[in-house]
This record gives sequence, structure tokens and C-alpha cells, in this order.
Amino acid sequence: MVETPSKTPSRVSSVEGASSPLIEVRDLSIRYNEHVALANVTVDVPEHEIFGIIGPANSGKTSFLRALNRMDSFVSGMHVGGEIFFGGRDIRSFRNVYALRSRVGVVFPLPVGLPLSIYDNVALAPRLSGMRKRADLDVIVERCLTRAALWDEVKDRLKSLGSLLSGGQQQRLTIARALSQEPELLLLDEFSIAVDPVTTMRIEDILKELRKEMTIVLVTNLTQQARRLASRTAFFLSGECVEVGDTEALFRGDVLDERTTHYLEGRFG
Amino acid sequence: MSMFQATELNERNKRKEKLFRLLFGGMTILLIVPVVVIVATLIARGGPALSWDFFFTAPSNGMTEGGVFPALVGTLWIVAVALIASVPLGVAAALYLSEYAPDNWLTRLINLAIINLAGVPSIVHALFGVGAFVLFFRFGTSILAASLTLAIMTLPVVIVSTRESLQAVPRAFREACWSMGATRWQAIWNVVLPNSISGILTGVILEVSRTVGETAPIMFTGAAFFLPFLPESVFDQTMALSLHLFVISTQVPGVPEHLPYGVALTLMGIVVVLNSASIAFRAYLRGKKKW
Repeated sequence: MVETPSKTPSRVSSVEGASSPLIEVRDLSIRYNEHVALANVTVDVPEHEIFGIIGPANSGKTSFLRALNRMDSFVSGMHVGGEIFFGGRDIRSFRNVYALRSRVGVVFPLPVGLPLSIYDNVALAPRLSGMRKRADLDVIVERCLTRAALWDEVKDRLKSLGSLLSGGQQQRLTIARALSQEPELLLLDEFSIAVDPVTTMRIEDILKELRKEMTIVLVTNLTQQARRLASRTAFFLSGECVEVGDTEALFRGDVLDERTTHYLEGRFG
Repeated sequence: MSMFQATELNERNKRKEKLFRLLFGGMTILLIVPVVVIVATLIARGGPALSWDFFFTAPSNGMTEGGVFPALVGTLWIVAVALIASVPLGVAAALYLSEYAPDNWLTRLINLAIINLAGVPSIVHALFGVGAFVLFFRFGTSILAASLTLAIMTLPVVIVSTRESLQAVPRAFREACWSMGATRWQAIWNVVLPNSISGILTGVILEVSRTVGETAPIMFTGAAFFLPFLPESVFDQTMALSLHLFVISTQVPGVPEHLPYGVALTLMGIVVVLNSASIAFRAYLRGKKKW
């Protein structure tokens, strides 16, 4: 069975509104054994959109991301109900989940510089998928580190350990690593939690650039970050998707549920 | 009253602090005493027996003269074969338990069984070895049977220490790999194993130390009372230092005193040499690991 599903044909920007959604989530529910983490979520994420997800802790944001690249198979007790379509295809129909995951890049809350060299950190995913030629890997490593705004800082010490970089550098290394597999979808889970404000702004600039090439789902606990980046935002609260809407509209107070406004105004959470 | 003045309570706590410090320190010194006495006695009485001839000649004249060469070689054989059998097996089992197995009652039962296996007396392992390896598998009394018996006995040490060092590698590293489309094995090979190898070696070190000195498990399964030839294959019987020490100390009349002390010192020497080598190697590997 061939596991290179057609790279979604249209690379039309969502601004033109012509493309079908890259991700369609239908009635998604997630539970850990008996504990329900998320219930009845239905959202679409069009291509080339930065889709924000905000909400307090334990609202199901991270579980949502996990479900998107089927990481549930690595979490014991995690059950996913409902349907998720990726490029029009039910993600449960991917016989080879590794192929799905390699089309989805993930950035975790805490920077994870693997205890490998900087070079090997970025070359790991291409190597896992069978790339061996040094010249090809060199190209990928340089391009990804450049796009993650890290190249200039590390180009002279690619052999030193990625885990010894500063937190902000490690987070950009993580982004470079996520980019190394040419993902169509980039998932960011509260990437700025352990990163200084300057680095946060740099990464936000990177994301604005990346949006031209891929779709981004941004989970964040900083509502202003969602406002700066996301064209649409979903508000999760205690396992419920309270609202999905145009980010600016939400901030203007154009909401369906007043809890959204309460959260955005900082009255709780 | 100045706020820095010691209160009655402060004074009492200070006295207690002194008392406990003395108590714990005293216990530690008590603990060291037997070790020092043993090592000093061995060196004082066994030291004069050691020479190249002692290491490289066979016992002679009813084991009242000569050296330990066949026993020394036999011990190294037994240890080596036991390691070859138990390390791959133990590491594989630990990898399964730590990286693949779901956390359910069955896994917990298996873990419990492994810990209990470590508590089985060595003589029981010896009898199991006789039944399983010597008789059932028809290996006869041989290095192979003795080593496999030892391997079974030391497997829990290897499994437990390997599992613990695997679990010391942060889960975030694995998740980072998995999220890139790595299989469990790819994550293990690329990230988990390179960062737990030093801990795994610790288990191996412990195993070696235990294996060198064990007597009961090998005396029925492969170690010979007196056999002044070197083993040629794993199906041969062999002498072993630990059994040799037992034999010349208790079973043979007329052995000069320096001989058993020399054997004991040799036995300890092997443990010290093997341990130091592994500790040095481990320190070297650890120096490379950083996160």
C-alpha cells in the first residue's frame, strides 16, 4: 500500500477562501480511561491558516493536538472518539501512522533539545525516513535552522549538543526539527512557556512566515499571542469547545457565549 | 532580648543535631571495620602467596602446592558465558517492560516476579540448574550449565537496573521522536539507549561481581573439585576459584595457610579489577551524556 497520499493539490491561501479545509474535526471526544478530557468538538482548519486554541489548564487543548497526529497510541488509557480528516482523509484510515506523523510537526511546551548534536537533532527525522546522503542532509539542516532563525547562532558548532543550548535556542531547535520533515501541519503547544519574551517575538515572526507554506495550530495560554497570530481562534474550557470564531471578532466582544469574553478579559483563567 | 539570642528550643535542637551526627557517623565507622579487617587480613596473609607462578601453574600434590591457573581461567570462562547469556536477555526483557508493555496488572505481576526471583536462595537456583540444564537439556556438568544457572540467578539484577536507567531518560525525549514519526524502536535506538547505557553498565558491573564469587550454583552444575586442565569448550567441566577456595579450606587436609588466603585475595582482585574497569568506562560514557 502506497503511503504517500497526494500532497494536497491546492496551495491556495485561505484568504482567497478557495481551498478545502486541511483538517476537519467532527464530533471529537477524548477520554483518559473514565476521565473525559474533551467532548464533542467540531472545527475546520483551512490551509495556510494559523488556528489558535486558547483556554486555561485542563481544558483539553493538548489532548486535541495529540489526537491530531494520533499520538494517542502512545498514551495508555487515551481513547479518541469522533472523526478527524486530514487532507480529506480519515486519519484512522492511515494504515501507516508514522507517515501521518511525519507530515505533522510538533513543538512542545518545554523545549526538547534531544541529547544529540545540533546537526543530528535536525537530521533525525529525515534519517528516520531513510535519507542517508550527507549532502542532502546538510541542505536540510541549514535550511531548517535558517528558517527557525537559529543558523547564525549555531552554524559554527553544529556538533555540540543540542541539549546544552539555552532554552530559547532549544525551542527554535525544536522548531527546526519539526520543519525538517517538510510538514503540512505544524502543531505548537504553548511554545512560549519557557522562553523569554524576545525569543517569543522572534518565533512569532517565524510563524508568520511559515504560514505561507503550511497550516499551523497554535495552542497558547497567552490570549494576546492568539490575537497577534491567529486568524481564527477556538476557546476551550474544561473539555468543552465553547466557541470558534474570527479572532478579532472575539476580542471585539462579538461572541456567542459570554464566558469567552470573560476569559479574554482575564476575569478568570 | 535580642532576636539573635538562642532560645531554649534552639539549644535543644543543637544538642540533638550533635547527638544524631555522632550516632550516624559511629554507625558508618562500625560498618567500615569488618571491611578493613577482611581486606587487611587477606593482604597480610595471602599477599606472600601471590606470584606469577601462583597465577600460572596448576595446583599440585593433592592441592597442597602449586597455583590456581585452571581455577582462574575457569572462573573467567564461567563469568564470560554467564554475561553473554544474561545481558542480552535481561536488557531485552527490560526494554520490553519499560518501553513496550502497557501498564496493567500483568506487567505489574511480572515486575513483582522479577523482584522475587532476586530473593530466591542461590542453592535453589543450583538445584534448578541441575534439573534444567544438566539433566533436561543434557548439557551435563559443564561451563554452559553453570553459566546459565548463574545467568538466571543474576537476571533480576540486570533487568531491574536496566529498567531503572531506561526510565531515567525523560519521556519528553521519546515523545519528541514519536511525534516525528519514529517507531518505538527508532526512539529507543536513537535516543533512549545512548542515554541509558551507563546505567545499564552499572547493572552489568553488579552482575559480574556477584557471578565471580558465587559457589553454590556452580558446584553441582559445572565446577570441578580438581581438574588440572584448561577447559576447551563450554561443554567441559572446569575448576573455579570460588569452589577451589571452599575445597582447599574445608575438604583437603594439609593445605598450607597461605594458599586459601592467596585464592581469596585473587578472587577479590578479579572483582576489583573488573569493577574498576567498568566504573571507568561508565564514567567515560557519563561524561558524554548531558541534558
